[in-house]
Amino acid sequence: MAQKPVLDVKNLESYYGPIMAIRGVSLEVRKGQLVTVLGANGAGKTTLLKSISGVMVPQKGTIKVYGEDLTGAEPDVIVRKGLVHVPEGREIFPLMTVEENIAMGAYVRTNKTEIAQDREMVFSYFPILAERRNQQAGTLSGGQQQMLAIGRGLMAKPELMLLDEPSLGLSPLLVEEIFTIISRLNKEQGVTMMLVEQNARVALSVADYGYVMEIGRIVMADTSANLAASEDIQEFYLGVKEETQRDQRRWKKRKTWR
Amino acid sequence: MDVLQLVISGLANGCVYGLIALGFVMIYKATEAVNFAQGDFMMFGAFITIWLTNTDFVGLPFWLSVILAILIMGVFGYLMERIIIRRMFGQSQIAVVILTIAIGFILRFLAGAIWGHDPLSLESPFAGKEVRFGGLVLGADEVAIILVTLLLTGSLFVFFAKTKLGLAMQAASQNQLAAYYMGIPVKRVHGLIWGLSGMVSAIAGILFAAKGAIDPSAGLLGIKAFAAAVIGGFGSLPGVLIGGLIIGLTEPFASRYIAAGYSQIAPYTILLLVLVFRPAGLFAQMQKKKV
Ligand SMILES: Nc1ncnc2c1ncn2[C@@H]1O[C@H](COP(=O)(O)OP(=O)(O)OP(=O)(O)O)[C@@H](O)[C@H]1O
Ligand SMILES: [Mg+2]
Repeated sequence: MAQKPVLDVKNLESYYGPIMAIRGVSLEVRKGQLVTVLGANGAGKTTLLKSISGVMVPQKGTIKVYGEDLTGAEPDVIVRKGLVHVPEGREIFPLMTVEENIAMGAYVRTNKTEIAQDREMVFSYFPILAERRNQQAGTLSGGQQQMLAIGRGLMAKPELMLLDEPSLGLSPLLVEEIFTIISRLNKEQGVTMMLVEQNARVALSVADYGYVMEIGRIVMADTSANLAASEDIQEFYLGVKEETQRDQRRWKKRKTWR
Repeated sequence: MDVLQLVISGLANGCVYGLIALGFVMIYKATEAVNFAQGDFMMFGAFITIWLTNTDFVGLPFWLSVILAILIMGVFGYLMERIIIRRMFGQSQIAVVILTIAIGFILRFLAGAIWGHDPLSLESPFAGKEVRFGGLVLGADEVAIILVTLLLTGSLFVFFAKTKLGLAMQAASQNQLAAYYMGIPVKRVHGLIWGLSGMVSAIAGILFAAKGAIDPSAGLLGIKAFAAAVIGGFGSLPGVLIGGLIIGLTEPFASRYIAAGYSQIAPYTILLLVLVFRPAGLFAQMQKKKV
């Protein structure tokens, strides 16, 4: 009998007021897997992750972690259960140092020796963060901030890491670099991951399994190899046009605290 | 000698403004709300202490009363967030401002109804005592106020910079959503900030009442503390304290050297000048904006 999946989502529905953004999504992630969810702008990928990590409360459906029903739980409870959300657009703590940001990632943990070990682990994967440990995080480059966001998420020692578009706004070279590290973290550290992406090519190159989302629904689910080979995917997600338009996609309104 | 006396009494007043201003700034940074009842929190904390320790009332030992009053105001601040402010979530900032102004009125009314409108003095071990350093003779109350304020500001600074909870409070104020993602219980943190600022305002009230009489309208000096917070840039804790000291120092000199009737506007003149020439405050934290 196989172990219960780390994450089991069934018939999830989420709304923004009257707008239905998630229209009955079901998916699961098993321990050790790297699962990707592909979808175009506005497909509902971020909303799906927000509903899972508890910052949004879904109207219908269930979210189970190792079989335990956590639908509608507070975000800090979800993190304590082992799900950490690395948000889209990085969302670091801009006025704190790199090291303080990393320390906040371990907020729910108490064992100081383990936290120190994990910090060294994060620094070994992202040496630039070790070098800049005393720099104010808001002054890091976009790529460095993305690394910090991933490193900070790792500090929670997650059972499952929810990664929202880590390729957003990065140069193709940096995308390769970050995805190599994501893949290594999955293989070497055994971090289970759910990776939300628009960049289907790079996401399918590292993932074991993939879902395709369109306007709030899952429209396809298969192994990465099969998805990469499928005609629809090739036509709509691996088209050469998409690559060039991605970089300066849009600015997210960020709350600043002065 | 005379000038030194003015300086010390100005600093002592400035410390009280500075502490009330710290309360404003902590809440503002963490929650984006401005608590216009901060001055009335100060007044209420003072009256609770007077009620607990003065021999006309309960008559508990001074230090016990101080600790109890600080705790009571801490719980009061925490519950205020829990029960009232949290329900305002999603409302406009103006609604919260008006609500806190109303709470200030209620506290003033309550204090008047319970303890009367005549000024009362706190029976403290410092009252009327003097401290001598070399040739100087200083009021023990004023020296105590300055020392306590420095110590408290220093402790708060260390608390925010070094402790896990303090860092989490900073994190929640810099990026609330990311704080949720890291498992920081943001709502509880907000409640604790209100509690902390209630405690700080109680200390400000005790210091205020230790150096002179207090009546229920004393909370109105919250306006001056607000000016201090603006001058300090509504940001760094030491900046805000210095803002308080600037206002505090201005007053005795203004009333000494400027015609009566004009001197009272001196603090607000400074506020205006700062707003015109350094709108981010004198000590605004610099933040490099991402392009
Ligand atoms: N705060 C909001 N209020 C109202 N509608 C929203 C809000 N946030 C998102 N939506 C809508 O919900 C839908 C899904 O948005 P979501 O952010 O989940 O898309 P996404 O797949 O993450 O897109 P992207 O790739 O651009 O990040 C969109 O139609 C969007 O307009
Ligand atoms: Mg998104």
